[in-house]
Amino acid sequence: MVETDLSKKWNYLRKILERSGPFDTEAFTPSSDTLDFLHNTCKILVIGAGGLGCELLKDLAMMGFKNIDVIDMDTIELSNLNRQFLFRRKDIGKSKAETAAEFINKRIPGTKVTPHFCKIQDYDESFYRQFHIVVSGLDSIVARRWINGMLISLVRLEEDGTVDQSSVIPMIDGGTEGFKGNARVIFPTLNACIDCNLDLFPPQISYPLCTIANTPRLPEHCIEYVKIIQWDKENPFKCALDGDDPEHVSWVYEKAQERANIYNITGLSYRLVQGVLKNIIPAVSSTNAVIAAVCATEVFKIATSCYEALNNYFVFNDIDGIYTYKFEAEKNPKCLACSTVPRMISINNPSSMTLQDLIDYLCTNVEFQMKSPGITTMINGKNKTLYMSTVKSIEEQTRSNLTLSLHELNLSDGQELIIADATNPNSIVVKLKFTDNEVEMY
Amino acid sequence: MIKLFSLKQQKKEGESGNQQKSTRTAAQLRITKDINELNLPRTCTTNFPDPNDLLNFKMIICPDEGYYRGGRFVFNFKVGPNYPHEPPKVKCETKVYHPNIDLEGNVCLNILREDWKPVLTINSIVYGLQYLFLEPNAEDPLNKEAADVLQNNRRLFEHNVTKAMRGAYIGDVYFDRCLNSN
Repeated sequence: MVETDLSKKWNYLRKILERSGPFDTEAFTPSSDTLDFLHNTCKILVIGAGGLGCELLKDLAMMGFKNIDVIDMDTIELSNLNRQFLFRRKDIGKSKAETAAEFINKRIPGTKVTPHFCKIQDYDESFYRQFHIVVSGLDSIVARRWINGMLISLVRLEEDGTVDQSSVIPMIDGGTEGFKGNARVIFPTLNACIDCNLDLFPPQISYPLCTIANTPRLPEHCIEYVKIIQWDKENPFKCALDGDDPEHVSWVYEKAQERANIYNITGLSYRLVQGVLKNIIPAVSSTNAVIAAVCATEVFKIATSCYEALNNYFVFNDIDGIYTYKFEAEKNPKCLACSTVPRMISINNPSSMTLQDLIDYLCTNVEFQMKSPGITTMINGKNKTLYMSTVKSIEEQTRSNLTLSLHELNLSDGQELIIADATNPNSIVVKLKFTDNEVEMY
Repeated sequence: MIKLFSLKQQKKEGESGNQQKSTRTAAQLRITKDINELNLPRTCTTNFPDPNDLLNFKMIICPDEGYYRGGRFVFNFKVGPNYPHEPPKVKCETKVYHPNIDLEGNVCLNILREDWKPVLTINSIVYGLQYLFLEPNAEDPLNKEAADVLQNNRRLFEHNVTKAMRGAYIGDVYFDRCLNSN
């Protein structure tokens, strides 16, 4: 790429970002600053460098985002190469994140993709806080919920209890399965989050244990039997069952076939075994391309304010013709992830106030009026039970905490406590605010 | 529609240290509630080896009526990060002669698998387990030998259960003594 080309390189974006248009949002001012923001300031995190991730990285880099981080714990497999186009045969076995980053950085000069070859759970808040927008192409509900919970925990409240908007990191989540896909825009705590609509995900199939054990009728029953019962019993490889290990899959296939023969069950195949063990979802590259494009467009819209963001759920299906639909997923007021707004308690003497004093406060204060609160928290990433009177074995082991001061318990300013009590149908979250503290408040 | 806020400021990296970690997870919120409100029948006790870890504990059931009266059965509960959307993993650590519990400790209880709903709690499971001891069910066998005996010869079944709980061979399987008194 020649230098002189670079000046014209982003002309197609300038036409949108440096002119006003009929669809601008209130926050939009035509200016060259916006492109500068995309190039130099805006930091995007792409979660997953698989089918959607490869598309997303390409799309975002071509749309002027230059600072992109990508995180993926997986390595490249042969079966990825038909659609994960940033990877070549020679890359098999290498990190997806690293290989994808290297490819994009080379192919689209000026782009700085930083790879992270690890699990999303390996990083904490200080890592996630640095991003303006998170976009995910994940294949796991657990991972979606984890990042969802992380982004919610980053949301800060103002003194008056309203959300500090600068702490909200928007999340764009894409998902595909065969010819079907969806994309959604989540503003943590402001609109529906992943946990608000968990029922939208297909239920996990599970079979009654007794059917699997005694009256199997389907080939799946035989596979489940080997997976749940026979593996642990015979432990052929002295390790946990790994759906990625061909030796493990073959062993399960063989044993399931033996069982299927006993019960005259037909239809068992190696692929079915793989499917049951790994929950394999068929991937179609064109669906990934469509969904990634929608997601990247949403990232662009939110980053530039040039158009209103998708509100908030987009469905795509091209099995038979093309069908798309958009609706507003509603925030669930009972959502355990995003509707637990912490309640503040001001503490002016944390070095003399004991846990017992705090419990007395929770029981007598008109706002709480609790009966026998059980209190847990998290210190240095570890769960800690402060006190629980209702369970004997826990009570005995936590009783000594009652006479300790909040400081002695290592509780600090801004500490969140989870409090359960019979007077409330759900646990509530309380945030301690130490008023004598010399540390600056946010 | 959410009013778009301007994102156009530099994100601060590693902001001032007073930002507290708040990694409250749905599982932790829910299990705190479940454990705090455990309402156990007299016959059940819990044991938390680590009181800070509410996700892993033992439930000890000592039935005071039915075939298993006088026995003491330990169940291991493992609550996963997806709780309450997925049921806890429950295994019986005491070898028991029971039609619905196999010799590896797998338990056939509908709410532990196919009929689990997020509205159910740890308490619901305890009641389910308690019920299994009061009404062993030969229709849904996991230990087929025991189920056959229960179906065909209740007196022999009762005899086998009592014998097994004292520590004995039933067929060629040895059951450890698991009486409540010791």
